[in-house]
Amino acid sequence: MATAAAAQDTDRGTDHGTTARQGVFDAAVAADERIEPRDWMPDAYRATLVRQIAQHAHSEIIGMQPEANWISRAPSLRRKAILMAKVQDEAGHGLYLYSAAETLGVSRDELLDKLHTGRQKYSSIFNYPTLTWADVGAIGWLVDGAAITNQVPLCRCSYGPYARAMVRICKEESFHQRQGYELLLALSRGTPEQHAMAQDAVDRWWWPSLMMFGPPDDASQHSAQSMAWKIKRHSNDELRQRFVDICVPQAESLGLTLPDPDLRWNEERGHYDFGPIDWTEFREVLKGNGPCNEQRLDQRRRAHEEGAWVREAAAAYAGKHSGTSETGATRA
Amino acid sequence: MTTTDWPLWEVFVRSRRGLSHTHAGSLHAPDAELALRNARDLYTRRGEGVSIWVVPSSAITASSPDEKDPFFEPAADKPYRHPTFYEIPEGVKHL
Amino acid sequence: MTATVTATAALALGDDALVLSHRLGQWAGHTPVLEEEVALANIALDLLGQARVLLSMAGDEDELAYLREERAFRNVQLVEQPNGDFAHTIARQLYFSAYQHLLYDRLAEGGGPFAPLAAKAVKEVAYHRDHAEQWTLRLGDGTDVSHERMQRACTALWRYTGELFQPVEGLDADWPALEAAWLERVGEVLRRATLTVPEGPRSGAWTAGAGRQGLHTEPFGRMLAEMQHLHRSHPGASW
Repeated sequence: MATAAAAQDTDRGTDHGTTARQGVFDAAVAADERIEPRDWMPDAYRATLVRQIAQHAHSEIIGMQPEANWISRAPSLRRKAILMAKVQDEAGHGLYLYSAAETLGVSRDELLDKLHTGRQKYSSIFNYPTLTWADVGAIGWLVDGAAITNQVPLCRCSYGPYARAMVRICKEESFHQRQGYELLLALSRGTPEQHAMAQDAVDRWWWPSLMMFGPPDDASQHSAQSMAWKIKRHSNDELRQRFVDICVPQAESLGLTLPDPDLRWNEERGHYDFGPIDWTEFREVLKGNGPCNEQRLDQRRRAHEEGAWVREAAAAYAGKHSGTSETGATRA
Repeated sequence: MTTTDWPLWEVFVRSRRGLSHTHAGSLHAPDAELALRNARDLYTRRGEGVSIWVVPSSAITASSPDEKDPFFEPAADKPYRHPTFYEIPEGVKHL
Repeated sequence: MTATVTATAALALGDDALVLSHRLGQWAGHTPVLEEEVALANIALDLLGQARVLLSMAGDEDELAYLREERAFRNVQLVEQPNGDFAHTIARQLYFSAYQHLLYDRLAEGGGPFAPLAAKAVKEVAYHRDHAEQWTLRLGDGTDVSHERMQRACTALWRYTGELFQPVEGLDADWPALEAAWLERVGEVLRRATLTVPEGPRSGAWTAGAGRQGLHTEPFGRMLAEMQHLHRSHPGASW
């Protein structure tokens, strides 16, 4: 239940109480039980979840932009319907996730404000441009594929509302990846120009997709603690490897090549080896120097600012007509 | 900013006739009418429901986790409330 | 009714739905509040679904959508008007959904070639109309700013509403009756929203023709250029 006020621990004052509660919390996590909004939880656990869920929600919302860029140019009505439904799902997923974050005692407005002022991040992948129609396919296959690899374990995350949101999201997202793959397949088997368009998109999206799993384990800031709390279930490198292993045969079926000369099956490891990732590029994009950072954030801010009068109008109308003016007061 | 912050609503969806409404999630809306419509758009766009309730989150009174033990543990030691508590001779039917 | 007449009428209805769907799709990522991303996309998807059925009654949906020139489109000028601010989008939707609901309700009862589609679509459209009416009330009777914006939008689009009731051959409807019912419904909503029912003419002063005859407004050409560009760049390709 997303009652923000209730999410606050009522008496975290006493050391004795805190130690006992820490014990209950640790035991619940160890027993693979879910932590629910009104349960006591360590401040750092709450802060980690807020950061992660907010970043995830922001990614869904910003992630609408690169694909929405092609809605008005989709080359068939069938593709247009699919793309609109997919971008709409991303808005929906953002909403599920903001709801989950709100159970931790933060408001959506606060989180949006942090996004708009650059104090919270979204996935860097959306700072790359969608230059051709094939990019819509590459995003579905690779970007959503990487996201799903990341997200499926989150369905078992120790925090109940986040885990439940992820179950819903994963169920709905199963079509996202398939439509991308199907789109690329149509291009790959189409005219030479279409095939080249598909290959070009895969060339540009492959490496950024691998970066979506985050820095290598030995350089990842938050990983160890998140794994101990069962917010995270697998390490970055583990998930990245899983993704590569899945993609190689899929690329072969597509008739497209992955842009990595070092990519080959390693019999001994039972996995595909792959070449070194350019972490300098990753850090630069993260810092704000990607091709579209400014553009994405600007559009988001503009939509929010230009929509303020609409939100105000609806709040004013509710105040006039409900008798009890709920606006604002309910969130105290 | 906070003056236009729409209140939070809890959404309950009946997935099909014969089942009760279950909690689906929450959303923001300025009033009950839009809350209902937003819930329809957000939580039933794949045909997940036949009926929706929306409730202001602020109207929900919840039991506190601190009271979990006094609230729920006393119910755990009354096995005589369950049919399996009783021994019935073999062969007795419809009981 | 001949096949050609049915096809022509299907184009008129199909183009209305296609063009308005396209316009609504342009809101993706730009709406005033996240909940409206989902709401507007639902409406756009309903309309696109209707358009695909209707265009398929007239030929190949993609050939019709992507390979016709501007003059061959038969949609009313109202639906091609740019999104403008949220008030303009809501006013456009209010005017169009009220019309579409009345017409489809009639077509669903009529038993002609459009009855099956109309029977399904009328339920979708009832929701679109409700969405537009709810927002008209909130914008009209919200703040001073929203009231002014909504009034401006309703007035600006008023001149495109006369065309809605131009009889379309092949559609069995009592057009003057539809128009009277439309004026009553829309007038009632505007009054409840504390807005003034516009008094200006309901068609343009320049009467060389209108959308149903293939004559469109300036923004439409640009809209089509964007919509058709990719498809036309790869003749014969499948997607």
